Amino acid sequence: MTRTGTAREIVLRLDGITKRFGALTANDAVSLSLARGEVVALLGENGAGKTTLMNILFGHYTADAGTVEVMGQVLPPGTPRAAIAAGVGMVHQHFTLADNLSVLDNILLGTRPLWSLRLNRAAARARVRALAQDFGLKVDPEARTGALSVGERQRVEILKALYREAQVLILDEPTAVLTPQESEALFATLRRATARGLSVIFISHKLHEVMAAADRVVVLRHGKVVGEVATADTSPPALAAMMVGAEVALPRVAAGVPGPVLLRLDDVTTPDEGARPGLKQVSLDLRAGQITGLAGVSGNGQAALADLLSGLIVPASGRLILSDEAPADWNPRAALAAGIGRIPEDRHRTGTIADFTLTENAILETYPQLTRAGLLDHRTARRFTEELIADYDVRCPGPEARIRLLSGGNMQKLILGRVLEARPRIILANQPVRGLDIGAVAYVHSRLISARDAGAAVLLISEDLDEIMGLSDVVQVISEGRLSPGFARGTMGAAELGQWMAGAGFDHAA
Amino acid sequence: MTDLLDIFLSASFWVALVRIASPLIFATMGELICERAGVLNLGIEGIMVFGAFAGWLTVYLGGGLWLGVGVAMLAGMAFGLLHGVLTVPFGLSQHVVGLGITLLATAAAYFAYRLALPEVTSPPKITPFAPWPIPGLAAIPLIGEGFFAQTPLTYAGFAVAGLTALVLFRTPLGLALRAAGENPAAVEAQGLSVTALRIGAVAVGSGLMAVGGAFLTLSAFSSFFFEMVNGRGWICIALVVFGGWKPGKAVLGALLFAAFDAGQIRLQQTALGATLPYQVFLMAPYLLSILALVVMSRRASVPAALMVPFNKGER
Repeated sequence: MTRTGTAREIVLRLDGITKRFGALTANDAVSLSLARGEVVALLGENGAGKTTLMNILFGHYTADAGTVEVMGQVLPPGTPRAAIAAGVGMVHQHFTLADNLSVLDNILLGTRPLWSLRLNRAAARARVRALAQDFGLKVDPEARTGALSVGERQRVEILKALYREAQVLILDEPTAVLTPQESEALFATLRRATARGLSVIFISHKLHEVMAAADRVVVLRHGKVVGEVATADTSPPALAAMMVGAEVALPRVAAGVPGPVLLRLDDVTTPDEGARPGLKQVSLDLRAGQITGLAGVSGNGQAALADLLSGLIVPASGRLILSDEAPADWNPRAALAAGIGRIPEDRHRTGTIADFTLTENAILETYPQLTRAGLLDHRTARRFTEELIADYDVRCPGPEARIRLLSGGNMQKLILGRVLEARPRIILANQPVRGLDIGAVAYVHSRLISARDAGAAVLLISEDLDEIMGLSDVVQVISEGRLSPGFARGTMGAAELGQWMAGAGFDHAA
Repeated sequence: MTDLLDIFLSASFWVALVRIASPLIFATMGELICERAGVLNLGIEGIMVFGAFAGWLTVYLGGGLWLGVGVAMLAGMAFGLLHGVLTVPFGLSQHVVGLGITLLATAAAYFAYRLALPEVTSPPKITPFAPWPIPGLAAIPLIGEGFFAQTPLTYAGFAVAGLTALVLFRTPLGLALRAAGENPAAVEAQGLSVTALRIGAVAVGSGLMAVGGAFLTLSAFSSFFFEMVNGRGWICIALVVFGGWKPGKAVLGALLFAAFDAGQIRLQQTALGATLPYQVFLMAPYLLSILALVVMSRRASVPAALMVPFNKGER
């Protein structure tokens, strides 16, 4: 991938883009240019302003200052239609597809004037097939979109852009939902497309894929461009340093000292729920003093496993055993009583009640014990919350503030405090650092490690392989509801785990 | 049993069936268009009342029958516009706004009726649409008269149903409309306005509901009286679900309900009618409709974004 500095046609130029949301400056005089056939990665932490910038480029937001130029023409601000007409295609992180429509209808949406009398599906179908063939984007135009896998849906989104003859393709965190193998296929598609003159901006916070797929990297921090460098001239540590503003030392975690088995799943199967797979004959040991990492692409049975350990579902067959005995009645209250602390996957929907105060949220799991003469003991609850706020460094207006006002990181710290202060024997940490900035991530991780060192059994569920491999004493992979054997720390590389995530290996093991 | 057979084999049963189904077809298509775009329109009952009144008044004051249909449609569209503005850009509860529109439109129709005719005790009559038998087809035994010797407004109802299906499934506009009801973000991402699509759908849909109401005065009863819509709007909401949000199946549903209704009137006059209280027969179409709904709506796919307000720029 050698790129010379010869003058190539500039297809896109952002100049001095500034965008403020209230007191927050999401983009601060950001300038960026993109040449024909080039892949530029927009790298930055969560909240660095990457998605905001792309939404301005695409016309979803209107910038407070600055201009967007495509092929030398300044785009009118705030009109996605103009951006599309100028040849900008965007693949959002959350796909904008209608599940109940066919692939073809999703691609056709908005391509013809609303008042024209015919859709002309036959010609469109032929063109979609040809494009799919040319770019290696295999997908059936007649399939119902809701029935497709995540990787296929992403292909539909890319086809949508190509169908509109996009010259510039924006991909917002395209690999967040893909297996390593699917990501490879995506990058192969991008290489084919750029060879034909398409220019690509892709947003990421994953260093290795930026190095693998991009020609040039633009690094954003706190809404500003803090670095711009050709991938050939940089390295992952140098990029990481630019992202966070300092050299980051990856945490070195000492191995845990495994104790007795606190929770055992013995050949457990749970029913599928719609598109969500259940567990298929899963056996799992959670040991005291050990972090078990559960790797896998989301939607492969993690939710069923988390629900099972939380007491929300019971095994259809097989047994769940706590310290050598199977509980007679398994429900959320029994799980709490057994000392299972839960950090739920979605802190907004299941972790907290948005319009309750911090205090009310802090005692959600313990309030039955916090009564005096049948009434809630507000004074004790409030003192407990004040301690949590101090001990877990929750930045907030106070214990009586509504929790919806808190940032994700601070909300998560309160949940973490709520869970850990109950001194759980078993901790279910489901995506505990998703969407948090690096500082909060390090904090949550160090707390989980100290809980482990104090003798808790931790089950860490994450889609981030780096997190899994960095923290876990034992790694297991979940794929379509099946669980791989446990791999001890350091015995498996990312590529091998990726194979398991894609489902290879299970057939041999079974 | 032979009573039942006699009923099915009489041409008058089929005539009544199609006549009863006609207003339901208009209003059901209206509701279906609204819901396909993602808006539940509970204003339907009131809009039908107002449409019945507006159509009737136009003709009573000397306007032509088709002018009456047009005025009813425009009045319905005005209420639809109000509904659309409140529920789409303002994102208010579709239930509350819809019921509010029903109360408002019903009360407005009754009030205007009293203003226009303060002294009248028995509702004045107009000359309604006359049947237009279609030569040849109307002579088909048994069902010919039912389907091909109706008023032009009935034929218009079936045409509207066909047109609705054609637009929804064969044109770019219909695709955009359906997408607005499935995933508005997808529409927004293509640079189309979800707000305009949804308000437009509610306005047009409400216009059709009002024409459904106007059918009652201009083609069926020839005068306007209170309580004449009598829950037909609510039936249409059920018919949309029954039809799985598909125009063709919804028309079948309307015909089925009308068959129950036409049948029960005739059953009352048989020997069975003498043994059971007449209220049982009045209830029967609704009971059977609920049963049919339970059976048919099992596999129906609701528009995914039905009743979900869309705010530009939010996730």
